[in-house]
Amino acid sequence: MDTALQSLVEQVQAAVASHTPLCIRGSGSKDFYGNLPQGQVLDVRHWQGIVDYDPSELVITARAGTSLALLETMLAEQDQMLAFEPPHFGPAATVGGCVAAGLAGPRRASAGTTQGAVRDFVLGTRLLDGRARQLRFGGTVIKNVAGYDVSRLLAGSLGILGVILEVSLKVLPRPRAELTLQQDCDEAAALLRCNQWGGQPLPLSATHWHNGVLSVRLAGAEAAVREAAAVLGGQQLPAANAAQFWTALREQSADFFAGDLPLWRVSVPSTAVPLGFDAPQCIEWSGAQRWLRSDLPAAQLRARANQLGGHATLFRGGDRSISVFTPVSSAVLRVHRGLKAEFDPAGIFNPGRLIQGL
Amino acid sequence: MHNAVVVQHPELIAALRAVLPAGALLVEPEDTQPWECDGLTLIRQRPMAVVLPDTEEQVVQVLQLCHAHGVPVVPRGAGTGLAGSAMPNAEGVLLAMARFNRVLSVDALARTATVQPGVRNLAVSDAAAPYGLYYAPDPSSQIACTIGGNVAENSGGVHCLKYGLTLHNVMRVRGWLVDGTPIEFGGLALDAPGLDLLAVMIGSEGMLAVIAEVTVRLVPKPQLARCIMASFADVAQAGDAVAALIAAGIIPAGLEMLDQAASRLVEPFANAGYDLDAAAVLLCESDGTPAEVAEEIERMCSVLRAAGATRLQVSADETERLRFWAGRKNAFPAAGRAAPAYYCTDGTIPRKHIGTMLKAIAAMEMRFGLACPNVFHAGDGNLHPLVLFDDSDPDSVARAEAFGAEILEESVRLGGTITGEHGVGMEKINQMCSQFDADSLEAFRGVKRAFDPAGTLNPGKVVPSLHRCAEYGRQRVSAGRVAFPELPRF
Repeated sequence: MDTALQSLVEQVQAAVASHTPLCIRGSGSKDFYGNLPQGQVLDVRHWQGIVDYDPSELVITARAGTSLALLETMLAEQDQMLAFEPPHFGPAATVGGCVAAGLAGPRRASAGTTQGAVRDFVLGTRLLDGRARQLRFGGTVIKNVAGYDVSRLLAGSLGILGVILEVSLKVLPRPRAELTLQQDCDEAAALLRCNQWGGQPLPLSATHWHNGVLSVRLAGAEAAVREAAAVLGGQQLPAANAAQFWTALREQSADFFAGDLPLWRVSVPSTAVPLGFDAPQCIEWSGAQRWLRSDLPAAQLRARANQLGGHATLFRGGDRSISVFTPVSSAVLRVHRGLKAEFDPAGIFNPGRLIQGL
Repeated sequence: MHNAVVVQHPELIAALRAVLPAGALLVEPEDTQPWECDGLTLIRQRPMAVVLPDTEEQVVQVLQLCHAHGVPVVPRGAGTGLAGSAMPNAEGVLLAMARFNRVLSVDALARTATVQPGVRNLAVSDAAAPYGLYYAPDPSSQIACTIGGNVAENSGGVHCLKYGLTLHNVMRVRGWLVDGTPIEFGGLALDAPGLDLLAVMIGSEGMLAVIAEVTVRLVPKPQLARCIMASFADVAQAGDAVAALIAAGIIPAGLEMLDQAASRLVEPFANAGYDLDAAAVLLCESDGTPAEVAEEIERMCSVLRAAGATRLQVSADETERLRFWAGRKNAFPAAGRAAPAYYCTDGTIPRKHIGTMLKAIAAMEMRFGLACPNVFHAGDGNLHPLVLFDDSDPDSVARAEAFGAEILEESVRLGGTITGEHGVGMEKINQMCSQFDADSLEAFRGVKRAFDPAGTLNPGKVVPSLHRCAEYGRQRVSAGRVAFPELPRF
């Protein structure tokens, strides 16, 4: 066995024996996310490397500690990409952290395709569970329904079921053309427009609304982008500015995200009416992801999100001793407890990170 | 496989009779016999009882009663599944959900439809059509199969490479755990708090929860679709052409292959105009706006030509496009006409091994003495070999089953999977021992226990027991360890 893997296995065995909680960690770029990290750090960065990449198979397999930037560079060299456009939130972000956090970027709600979440592109995983077993789920082919789809369950699991050792991700060709348009409109109009466009065969690959300006990115075949631009109208951003704009949004380095006010992520149906809070807001994913800067009580924000059919997460800052995620129903919690008991019977992995007390 | 003796449970039957309307409970052998199998007719089993509830309250009562009596429940949609996932249990109740067949709402602005589980796949697209929208996954049984069954199997179709599987097109599933506890997975937002249980629920073959309602995504109908029919003198060359298309950055809306035997099988049936002299025919489709399609078709043609296509024909209009597809879509009925019976599996392999696999299948044809035309979803490496056999001859049946099993084993050896879209069910349960090691299989049992601690929801499917793998003799041994050291060996 590789020494880096051997070391992970031994650390897990020791933690199980001594009932020591472990905090699974790559570069720590997403330490800010989820309930407060607890436990002794289990550093997965040494377990790194691209295991396999065959561009014509549209699949890349990498160990958890592999640099996300490196992986994306390799894909770019073949004119391919991770189509969920993951935020890195730090220069040393790892592939394992990307999948465990399950966060997707602006491309999440691309029109015309139903795929955009991290889990949509997870094809297979290897997992080191709480019995120090090395498990393998899924595989490297796009269609695969053998056994329960545990691989996709791990996307966004925040490490509570075990250490993700390796992932196989479906990749896509980069669009041949890309173009960003901006137009002035108010919040309600922006929501309506984005949803109406989403119902038409237009190659929308990202939308953003903030302070009366709606920005739309088109991506696809040259002809499709050109035609759609004519339909949508608005001011075209120069390519370099457009790239910067979407990167700043994805990485939350844009001005909107600066300062100390708590950052809330409100996930609602894209057609939900404006939230109606007197707080700075930016809207992505055609209305399905709404960022708020606010120190309003969690209960108030969650009640509104719930009323609109969604949920609210304290994404960054604020008081993390509250549950940062909206609590799940009792039936769903029952299944969570069952899964946790099966995969991590000693309860050592990332305790409480996803759900308090679990 | 033959019927096991049905176990009677008069007390439960009496209780079910009290909560179900007349005609919604079948217990006599002549009434339950039509339900003894799904689309996999090789394996049959009569259930103790069939229930056909038409309200959610009745479903909850059935689940609660069965749970209280420790009696297995097997959910069923239209029964078109090909892997035996809905095969009844001799000690259990078959829960037929076909009466839940209403489209509850279509929200054109949000591009969603909420439907009951017994709604047919195609009926969803029909309901969405007035808004210029449709439901993308299109299994070939789409005129009959239900959304509930599609969710259970994570069904695919011919457009998965571009438009995804059922998994990518379902937002929310509401239903019940085995004891009747209501539960909701996913939601109308793009994500829900906690673990993504929806991802594991989809494709769980009716073993984790019973479905009451499904919200699916709808996508805009492309303005235009055109299809290229390309001939190749060699199957390996056709396989390489598939890889070349992908490597050129093209994601075709559909990409299907037929080998020569399959073309010759379907042509007299469908009159699709296939090149019967070609070793392989590729169907390659582009969809989008007219300008987009024109651009893509031109790129596809040049890649296919460079890959050695001997003949290229682009559909001139919609009639011709549908004619090209008619052959592919009628492959199964054509097989049914050419032989007394056929056996189709759905192993999936990395695209680069398509040529290797076809050679292996050709060798198996000789060895088993059965013909096997091949059609497949080339874009995602999903095979559909059609083993032709005589179901009145037990020896022919046995050879067909062994042939099918060997193709699955070969799929695993080539780095693929035993099932791309049909599911494991009863059919491929032995080959699960080849694809997964003992620890991973045990983890699957753990997932099952987390949802269904007593193990009474569709028991005995998908995940083989330790004992079964030992009997099959194909269990994987990983990292130099002996598999199942706890079992005696002879």
